[in-house]
Amino acid sequence: MTQITYAGVTVDVNEEGYFTNPSQWTRDIAAEIAKEEGIVLTDQHYAIIDFLRSRHNNGEALSIRSINHSGIIDVKTFYQLFPGAPLKKATKIAGIPKPSSCI
Amino acid sequence: MESNNPIKKVNIICAKAAIEDVYAALVMGNGAVMEGIEANLFFTFFGLDAIVKNRMDKPHTAVVGNPGLRLPGGLRMPTLLGVIPGMEAMTSSMMLSTMEKLDIPPVSEFLELIKAGGGKIYACKLAMDMFKFTKEDLWDEVDGVLTVGEFYALAGGEGSHIIFT
Repeated sequence: MTQITYAGVTVDVNEEGYFTNPSQWTRDIAAEIAKEEGIVLTDQHYAIIDFLRSRHNNGEALSIRSINHSGIIDVKTFYQLFPGAPLKKATKIAGIPKPSSCI
Repeated sequence: MESNNPIKKVNIICAKAAIEDVYAALVMGNGAVMEGIEANLFFTFFGLDAIVKNRMDKPHTAVVGNPGLRLPGGLRMPTLLGVIPGMEAMTSSMMLSTMEKLDIPPVSEFLELIKAGGGKIYACKLAMDMFKFTKEDLWDEVDGVLTVGEFYALAGGEGSHIIFT
Protein backbone atom coordinates (compact mmCIF):
# COMPACT_ATOMS: atom_id res chain seq x y z
CA MET A 1 0.00 0.00 0.00
CA THR A 2 1.36 3.40 -1.03
CA GLN A 3 0.33 6.75 0.38
CA ILE A 4 0.41 10.06 -1.47
CA THR A 5 -0.40 13.52 -0.18
CA TYR A 6 -2.70 15.60 -2.35
CA ALA A 7 -3.97 19.03 -1.31
CA GLY A 8 -2.70 18.43 2.21
CA VAL A 9 -4.52 15.10 2.60
CA THR A 10 -2.76 11.74 2.72
CA VAL A 11 -4.58 9.11 0.66
CA ASP A 12 -4.08 5.40 -0.01
CA VAL A 13 -3.32 4.43 -3.59
CA ASN A 14 -2.24 1.29 -5.42
CA GLU A 15 1.00 0.92 -7.39
CA GLU A 16 -0.58 2.64 -10.41
CA GLY A 17 -1.79 5.61 -8.38
CA TYR A 18 -5.47 4.65 -8.25
CA PHE A 19 -7.31 5.24 -4.97
CA THR A 20 -7.93 2.16 -2.89
CA ASN A 21 -10.34 4.08 -0.66
CA PRO A 22 -12.60 6.33 -2.80
CA SER A 23 -14.06 7.99 0.30
CA GLN A 24 -10.74 9.81 0.84
CA TRP A 25 -11.33 11.75 -2.37
CA THR A 26 -12.20 15.47 -2.47
CA ARG A 27 -12.65 17.94 -5.31
CA ASP A 28 -9.38 19.66 -4.38
CA ILE A 29 -7.54 16.36 -4.59
CA ALA A 30 -9.05 15.80 -8.06
CA ALA A 31 -7.69 19.15 -9.22
CA GLU A 32 -4.18 18.18 -8.07
CA ILE A 33 -4.19 14.76 -9.74
CA ALA A 34 -5.53 16.38 -12.91
CA LYS A 35 -2.70 18.89 -12.84
CA GLU A 36 -0.20 16.01 -12.81
CA GLU A 37 -1.96 14.71 -15.92
CA GLY A 38 -1.78 18.15 -17.52
CA ILE A 39 -5.52 18.82 -17.23
CA VAL A 40 -7.21 21.88 -15.72
CA LEU A 41 -10.60 20.76 -14.43
CA THR A 42 -13.72 22.63 -15.55
CA ASP A 43 -17.34 22.21 -14.43
CA GLN A 44 -17.80 19.77 -17.31
CA HIS A 45 -14.90 17.65 -16.02
CA TYR A 46 -16.40 17.65 -12.53
CA ALA A 47 -19.83 16.69 -13.87
CA ILE A 48 -18.45 13.60 -15.57
CA ILE A 49 -16.27 12.79 -12.54
CA ASP A 50 -19.40 12.88 -10.37
CA PHE A 51 -21.11 10.59 -12.88
CA LEU A 52 -18.21 8.10 -12.77
CA ARG A 53 -18.11 8.17 -8.97
CA SER A 54 -21.83 7.59 -8.61
CA ARG A 55 -21.74 4.73 -11.11
CA HIS A 56 -18.87 3.20 -9.18
CA ASN A 57 -20.69 3.65 -5.86
CA ASN A 58 -23.74 1.91 -7.32
CA GLY A 59 -21.58 -1.04 -8.33
CA GLU A 60 -22.15 -0.43 -12.06
CA ALA A 61 -19.41 -1.32 -14.53
CA LEU A 62 -17.62 1.54 -16.22
CA SER A 63 -17.16 1.36 -19.95
CA ILE A 64 -16.44 3.96 -22.59
CA ARG A 65 -19.96 3.27 -23.89
CA SER A 66 -21.53 4.25 -20.56
CA ILE A 67 -20.32 7.83 -21.08
CA ASN A 68 -22.86 8.16 -23.90
CA HIS A 69 -25.60 7.27 -21.40
CA SER A 70 -24.42 9.91 -18.91
CA GLY A 71 -26.56 12.66 -20.43
CA ILE A 72 -23.65 15.02 -19.73
CA ILE A 73 -21.28 14.63 -22.65
CA ASP A 74 -20.75 12.27 -25.57
CA VAL A 75 -17.74 9.99 -25.99
CA LYS A 76 -16.03 12.35 -28.41
CA THR A 77 -16.08 15.19 -25.88
CA PHE A 78 -14.88 12.75 -23.22
CA TYR A 79 -11.78 12.06 -25.33
CA GLN A 80 -11.22 15.81 -25.64
CA LEU A 81 -11.64 16.47 -21.90
CA PHE A 82 -9.24 13.69 -20.88
CA PRO A 83 -6.85 13.36 -23.84
CA GLY A 84 -4.96 10.12 -24.39
CA ALA A 85 -6.53 7.37 -22.32
CA PRO A 86 -9.72 9.07 -21.09
CA LEU A 87 -11.34 6.36 -18.99
CA LYS A 88 -8.08 5.57 -17.19
CA LYS A 89 -7.28 9.24 -16.55
CA ALA A 90 -10.82 10.18 -15.53
CA THR A 91 -11.15 7.31 -13.05
CA LYS A 92 -7.76 8.13 -11.55
CA ILE A 93 -8.78 11.75 -11.10
CA ALA A 94 -12.17 10.64 -9.77
CA GLY A 95 -10.49 8.59 -7.05
CA ILE A 96 -12.02 5.28 -8.05
CA PRO A 97 -10.43 1.99 -9.20
CA LYS A 98 -9.19 1.58 -12.75
CA PRO A 99 -11.97 -0.03 -14.83
CA SER A 100 -11.32 -3.66 -15.70
CA SER A 101 -13.64 -3.57 -18.70
CA CYS A 102 -12.42 -4.25 -22.27
CA ILE A 103 -15.10 -2.05 -23.78
CA MET B 1 3.24 -3.15 -17.19
CA GLU B 2 5.24 -0.37 -18.86
CA SER B 3 7.41 -1.46 -21.74
CA ASN B 4 10.40 0.17 -23.37
CA ASN B 5 8.81 -0.18 -26.80
CA PRO B 6 5.20 0.86 -26.31
CA ILE B 7 2.70 0.25 -29.10
CA LYS B 8 1.88 3.62 -30.63
CA LYS B 9 -0.29 2.60 -33.53
CA VAL B 10 -2.25 -0.49 -34.59
CA ASN B 11 -3.41 -1.20 -38.12
CA ILE B 12 -6.09 -3.86 -37.94
CA ILE B 13 -7.23 -5.83 -40.97
CA CYS B 14 -10.61 -7.53 -40.89
CA ALA B 15 -11.20 -9.86 -43.86
CA LYS B 16 -14.14 -11.93 -42.60
CA ALA B 17 -17.76 -11.18 -41.84
CA ALA B 18 -18.48 -13.56 -38.95
CA ILE B 19 -19.40 -12.08 -35.57
CA GLU B 20 -16.17 -13.33 -33.98
CA ASP B 21 -13.98 -11.87 -36.74
CA VAL B 22 -15.65 -8.47 -36.88
CA TYR B 23 -15.82 -8.10 -33.10
CA ALA B 24 -12.19 -9.13 -32.68
CA ALA B 25 -11.26 -6.17 -34.90
CA LEU B 26 -13.68 -3.82 -33.12
CA VAL B 27 -12.62 -4.75 -29.58
CA MET B 28 -8.95 -4.40 -30.46
CA GLY B 29 -9.49 -1.12 -32.30
CA ASN B 30 -11.59 0.42 -29.56
CA GLY B 31 -9.26 -0.94 -26.89
CA ALA B 32 -6.40 0.80 -28.66
CA VAL B 33 -7.96 4.27 -28.79
CA MET B 34 -9.05 3.86 -25.15
CA GLU B 35 -5.37 3.45 -24.28
CA GLY B 36 -4.32 6.43 -26.33
CA ILE B 37 -2.99 4.24 -29.16
CA GLU B 38 -3.69 5.38 -32.71
CA ALA B 39 -5.91 2.90 -34.61
CA ASN B 40 -6.60 2.29 -38.29
CA LEU B 41 -9.17 -0.36 -39.17
CA PHE B 42 -9.08 -1.76 -42.68
CA PHE B 43 -12.03 -3.84 -43.88
CA THR B 44 -11.54 -6.11 -46.84
CA PHE B 45 -13.14 -9.09 -48.60
CA PHE B 46 -16.10 -10.44 -46.60
CA GLY B 47 -15.09 -8.14 -43.76
CA LEU B 48 -16.51 -5.27 -45.82
CA ASP B 49 -19.98 -6.32 -44.60
CA ALA B 50 -19.10 -4.69 -41.27
CA ILE B 51 -19.05 -1.26 -42.91
CA VAL B 52 -21.81 -1.75 -45.51
CA LYS B 53 -24.80 0.28 -44.35
CA ASN B 54 -27.61 -2.26 -44.63
CA ARG B 55 -25.50 -5.24 -43.47
CA MET B 56 -23.25 -3.97 -40.70
CA ASP B 57 -25.52 -4.53 -37.71
CA LYS B 58 -26.63 -8.02 -38.72
CA PRO B 59 -23.48 -10.17 -38.59
CA HIS B 60 -23.85 -13.95 -38.44
CA THR B 61 -21.68 -16.69 -37.07
CA ALA B 62 -21.23 -20.06 -38.80
CA VAL B 63 -23.39 -22.88 -37.42
CA VAL B 64 -21.97 -25.44 -39.86
CA GLY B 65 -18.26 -26.19 -39.77
CA ASN B 66 -17.76 -24.31 -36.51
CA PRO B 67 -16.35 -26.81 -34.01
CA GLY B 68 -16.28 -24.17 -31.27
CA LEU B 69 -20.03 -23.66 -31.33
CA ARG B 70 -21.91 -25.24 -28.45
CA LEU B 71 -25.54 -25.61 -27.51
CA PRO B 72 -26.81 -24.12 -24.24
CA GLY B 73 -25.55 -26.69 -21.71
CA GLY B 74 -22.20 -27.14 -23.38
CA LEU B 75 -22.77 -29.95 -25.92
CA ARG B 76 -21.23 -29.39 -29.32
CA MET B 77 -23.66 -28.17 -31.97
CA PRO B 78 -24.16 -31.14 -34.34
CA THR B 79 -23.41 -30.17 -37.93
CA LEU B 80 -26.74 -31.60 -39.11
CA LEU B 81 -28.61 -29.30 -36.71
CA GLY B 82 -26.86 -26.37 -38.32
CA VAL B 83 -28.44 -27.02 -41.70
CA ILE B 84 -31.96 -26.42 -40.38
CA PRO B 85 -33.29 -23.23 -42.05
CA GLY B 86 -33.10 -20.26 -39.72
CA MET B 87 -30.62 -21.93 -37.36
CA GLU B 88 -27.79 -19.56 -38.29
CA ALA B 89 -29.98 -16.45 -37.90
CA MET B 90 -31.33 -17.65 -34.56
CA THR B 91 -27.93 -18.62 -33.16
CA SER B 92 -26.43 -15.33 -34.32
CA SER B 93 -29.15 -13.18 -32.80
CA MET B 94 -28.86 -15.12 -29.52
CA MET B 95 -25.14 -14.47 -29.53
CA LEU B 96 -25.59 -10.74 -30.23
CA SER B 97 -28.15 -10.37 -27.46
CA THR B 98 -25.82 -12.09 -24.99
CA MET B 99 -23.12 -9.63 -26.03
CA GLU B 100 -25.47 -6.66 -25.62
CA LYS B 101 -26.04 -7.74 -22.01
CA LEU B 102 -22.27 -7.41 -21.47
CA ASP B 103 -22.46 -3.84 -22.80
CA ILE B 104 -20.88 -4.85 -26.12
CA PRO B 105 -22.49 -2.47 -28.63
CA PRO B 106 -23.85 -3.23 -32.12
CA VAL B 107 -21.29 -2.86 -34.94
CA SER B 108 -22.32 0.67 -36.01
CA GLU B 109 -22.25 1.98 -32.43
CA PHE B 110 -18.90 0.27 -31.82
CA LEU B 111 -17.45 1.95 -34.92
CA GLU B 112 -18.77 5.30 -33.65
CA LEU B 113 -16.93 4.77 -30.34
CA ILE B 114 -13.72 4.09 -32.26
CA LYS B 115 -14.22 7.20 -34.39
CA ALA B 116 -14.97 9.28 -31.28
CA GLY B 117 -11.56 8.25 -29.98
CA GLY B 118 -9.86 9.36 -33.19
CA GLY B 119 -9.68 5.91 -34.86
CA LYS B 120 -9.97 5.68 -38.63
CA ILE B 121 -12.09 3.28 -40.67
CA TYR B 122 -11.08 2.26 -44.20
CA ALA B 123 -12.47 0.03 -46.95
CA CYS B 124 -10.35 -2.02 -49.36
CA LYS B 125 -10.61 -0.82 -52.94
CA LEU B 126 -10.06 -4.22 -54.54
CA ALA B 127 -12.76 -5.87 -52.43
CA MET B 128 -15.14 -2.98 -53.21
CA ASP B 129 -14.60 -3.61 -56.94
CA MET B 130 -15.00 -7.36 -56.48
CA PHE B 131 -18.33 -7.09 -54.69
CA LYS B 132 -19.43 -4.15 -56.86
CA PHE B 133 -19.88 -1.82 -53.90
CA THR B 134 -19.80 1.95 -54.33
CA LYS B 135 -18.98 4.55 -51.66
CA GLU B 136 -22.73 5.10 -51.27
CA ASP B 137 -23.10 1.53 -50.01
CA LEU B 138 -20.67 2.19 -47.18
CA TRP B 139 -21.35 3.54 -43.70
CA ASP B 140 -21.30 7.36 -43.94
CA GLU B 141 -18.40 7.77 -41.51
CA VAL B 142 -15.91 5.57 -43.40
CA ASP B 143 -12.73 7.62 -43.81
CA GLY B 144 -11.76 6.36 -47.22
CA VAL B 145 -11.30 3.57 -49.73
CA LEU B 146 -7.66 2.48 -49.92
CA THR B 147 -5.42 0.42 -52.14
CA VAL B 148 -3.01 -1.93 -50.38
CA GLY B 149 -0.18 0.51 -51.08
CA GLU B 150 -2.06 3.36 -49.44
CA PHE B 151 -2.77 1.12 -46.46
CA TYR B 152 0.93 0.34 -46.01
CA ALA B 153 1.77 4.02 -46.36
CA LEU B 154 -0.45 4.98 -43.45
CA ALA B 155 0.57 1.94 -41.39
CA GLY B 156 4.16 3.11 -41.12
CA GLY B 157 5.98 4.60 -38.15
CA GLU B 158 7.85 3.63 -35.02
CA GLY B 159 5.80 1.50 -32.64
CA SER B 160 3.27 0.71 -35.37
CA HIS B 161 1.87 -2.80 -35.77
CA ILE B 162 -0.23 -4.60 -38.35
CA ILE B 163 -2.77 -7.06 -36.99
CA PHE B 164 -4.75 -9.48 -39.15
CA THR B 165 -7.77 -10.78 -37.26
